[in-house]
Amino acid sequence: MRYLPLTPTDRQDMLRTIGAPSIDAFYTDVPHAAQIEGPIDGLPMHQGEFQVERHFEALAGKNRAAGDGPFFIGAGAYRHHVPASVDMIIQRSEFLTTYTPYQPEIAQGTLQTLFEFQTQVSELTRMDVANASMYDGSTACAEAAVMACRVTKRKKVILSGGVHPHYVAATRLLCEAQGIEVVALPAAIDAELALVDAVDAATACLIGQSPNVFGTITDLSPLSDAAHACKALFVSVFTEAVALGLIKTPGEMGADIAVGEGQSIGNALNFGGPYVGLFACREKLIRQMPGRLCGQTVSATGERGFVLTLSTREQHIRRDKATSNICTNSGLCALGFTAHMSLLGGTGLSRLARLNHEIACDLADEIEAIPGIELLTPRFFNEFAFRTPKPADEVLAALQAHNIIGGVRMARLLPDRTWDNVILTAATECNTKEDVDAFAGILKEVIQ
Amino acid sequence: MTMLSEGRPSQPVSGTQDHYPATLSGSRGLLQREDLIFEIGSNRETGVDLPQPRGRSDRLGGVTRSRPVELPGLSEPQAVRHYVRLSQRNYAIDLGLFPLGSCTMKHNPRLNEKLARLPGFANIHPLQPQSSVQGALQLIDELASWLKTLTGLPAVAMSPKAGAHGELCGMLAIREALKARGELSTRRRVLVPASAHGTNPATAIQCGFVVDEIKADARGRVDMDALREKLRIRDDIAGIMLTNPNTCGLFETDIRTIADLIHEAGGYFYCDGANFNAIVGRVRPGDLGVDAMHINLHKTFSTPHGGGGPGSGPTVLSEALAPFAPVPEVVRDPDGNYRLVENAVDECAQSFGRMTAFHGQMGMFVRALAYMLSHGADGLRQAAEDAVLNANYIQARLKQVMTPAFDGYCMHEALFSDAFMADGIGTIDLAKALIDEGYHPMTMYFPLVVHGAMLIEPTETESKQELDRFCDSVLLVARRAAAGDASLRQAPLLAPLHRLDETQAARKPQLKWSPPAPNAIAAE
Repeated sequence: MRYLPLTPTDRQDMLRTIGAPSIDAFYTDVPHAAQIEGPIDGLPMHQGEFQVERHFEALAGKNRAAGDGPFFIGAGAYRHHVPASVDMIIQRSEFLTTYTPYQPEIAQGTLQTLFEFQTQVSELTRMDVANASMYDGSTACAEAAVMACRVTKRKKVILSGGVHPHYVAATRLLCEAQGIEVVALPAAIDAELALVDAVDAATACLIGQSPNVFGTITDLSPLSDAAHACKALFVSVFTEAVALGLIKTPGEMGADIAVGEGQSIGNALNFGGPYVGLFACREKLIRQMPGRLCGQTVSATGERGFVLTLSTREQHIRRDKATSNICTNSGLCALGFTAHMSLLGGTGLSRLARLNHEIACDLADEIEAIPGIELLTPRFFNEFAFRTPKPADEVLAALQAHNIIGGVRMARLLPDRTWDNVILTAATECNTKEDVDAFAGILKEVIQ
Repeated sequence: MTMLSEGRPSQPVSGTQDHYPATLSGSRGLLQREDLIFEIGSNRETGVDLPQPRGRSDRLGGVTRSRPVELPGLSEPQAVRHYVRLSQRNYAIDLGLFPLGSCTMKHNPRLNEKLARLPGFANIHPLQPQSSVQGALQLIDELASWLKTLTGLPAVAMSPKAGAHGELCGMLAIREALKARGELSTRRRVLVPASAHGTNPATAIQCGFVVDEIKADARGRVDMDALREKLRIRDDIAGIMLTNPNTCGLFETDIRTIADLIHEAGGYFYCDGANFNAIVGRVRPGDLGVDAMHINLHKTFSTPHGGGGPGSGPTVLSEALAPFAPVPEVVRDPDGNYRLVENAVDECAQSFGRMTAFHGQMGMFVRALAYMLSHGADGLRQAAEDAVLNANYIQARLKQVMTPAFDGYCMHEALFSDAFMADGIGTIDLAKALIDEGYHPMTMYFPLVVHGAMLIEPTETESKQELDRFCDSVLLVARRAAAGDASLRQAPLLAPLHRLDETQAARKPQLKWSPPAPNAIAAE
């Protein structure tokens, strides 16, 4: 077997050194009734590389990849081009096959990239500090809600009707398990600021999103003012990190905590994971933050170096008093983010964001011109919702028959008849003018 | 000296001398000096060739960023060189034995990486029409069925994002089951052994439970008398969180009795599956009375650790907990088509809800299933046996000098205490001296139940030759520690950096790069 270096002779020699009669001697603590004789039933035996590869190619072949034709889905995961060098960097053995940098003398590679990552995320969000990443945007959102309750010593969080429904669900789950009340305002295309009227003296935080799940961009500054007037925190959510190159940032809107999905930068769609959650906050809140933090320090000989720090917040030290049970970050995905961001720079990100907005505007222009279609999203970055005269699933299936993946039916995210005829569509720099024309052309045929 | 709570010094000794000659470049032979990207690149440049935008911004509604993004953009040669130089400051499995106990640093097969990058897996969107991702759903279903067969449990939740997230999944399922029984308000107490991973108590608290710690006995197992004592009052018992094999590298001999006692008390048995790699293919946790167990795909099933994630923590569930599993769930319809149930309806009406966006760590699923198919039922069993054999071989060789924490054979990891060391020398000194020998240190100061613990897990992917080389080095360093060789306290001397000051890092946190103050530049 190709992954097992021991030879039968090695095994015998080693047993002799140990003084054990056989491998079975090591398993005598296992209750006899629970011991399995021979290979477990119901599973195949080992296979060569070629056989395994063939099986996976067959499975992959049953999936329609985003690059196989016009493709327009976003809704929390976005198709962007990732430079070839990014994947080469994350496949470096020294990054790929190492552990959490607990021994900083021999993990400066990982630690320095985390420090760069934290700096980049702080600057993108215009927040004071960022952590070394979370599992994904939705779990980052849930952790932000719980953190706000720790900071304010209150037990109520309020989410706008524009927060991604999966984020609402993840937040509700974690909060309710801890006895925190969760108020989620009814889904609404353009009502982030309704949170202003919802806040009260029992509220730990207001959670609003821009661009929200319908694509709507909102200046959320009034949420910050309203929250702070009640001594609550304002949590600003985003699911499309590329948007931060162009639109108003959480920091500029007065957010206390900013959370979002970083997949858009440096990471493939991967059918939903692994992704990389971004988490940033005001400096005064850092000791209540969840997750890993990397900090700068000096070595015994005075050289600059980096270490994991403030670990007294974390479960491996604090156990039942930790700020979170989180043990890993999303290290390799964060490296992908950092490497891609290092290539783009601020200039490239801003240009990329503009290209996204322009192609989405082109698509909106064409779709809006189709009689019977109503564009619902008033202000957007690269994603918008529109209503069709026919049920969304019929329309999308008809587009799919022409090899166009036209978006996601809103009712898949919001299982409510209100959204039956609504489609959520995103366009990125990966879409060409031809894609847009094909989409609009077929859409026009389909609804008539 | 400043110490962390587990007794580990967090500041280097003063007066350490650099053993390298100073160089003008700051590089040392093959090790190139490398600054932060912010000190290398220009904020005005970009290393990505993109067309010039036409200048449309009419649909933004004026909600724009007021300041440009002040981050440098590096050309491809600069960026590649930057990260390759940094990578060379990392230890990695591909470089040598990585004996971190409880972390299972085994070889990461490259076939898995290749397959995860097939466009049919890497470039599909989680919300595509389900008819266009049947292969992906089939893959999730196949992996689920392997996990169910290997654990002997009837259900598995695939969405947890990492081990600790899987723990959360299992404990939330227990919470939901108690809720369904109308006992959630009374059953609050979760028993956790003192030797548990820190995530266990932290998870129980996150689910609103109260943690009650049980001590270990002299054999490193759960103290059964203490357990029975804890169960004298049983109406408030929600369950137990137990790692098996446990964090001392030992199989819990009384596991069946523990399961029975917990069940009789009306609680559930959560098993931390971090060490499943020691028994996979030989023992099915379902036969031990387990109700829920997360499986770290990055430990048992070889997905890369990536410098701290991404992990993946599918969680198997017993008949009693299965109805409460989180959504989404992949189901196979009678017509052979696969379908995602994404909300708590239909088959999932009793689900406790959704833990995360989308459907779990697909990229890790591909890798783990590729590993399983490569090994097969026979290979997985052999892998577990070789892991256990390697650990016992290390234990047998090292106990010539070092003090085993407990008598008898171990499972997949060997645990030693610092009893053999001379006064003034600590576990950290031995660990850091191993760096100079070219090895990543073992897990140190964990589990907490052993003084100055050193937990060594070689995994099955080491050859006998590598093991011997490693043992020779550890023995050499251990003899120096036993003899009180004070120079150990300066180690490492041959790493890219000497010991770092963690106390200063925590006292005055500097968590991002800041441009030098303007007057500092003027002064230069």
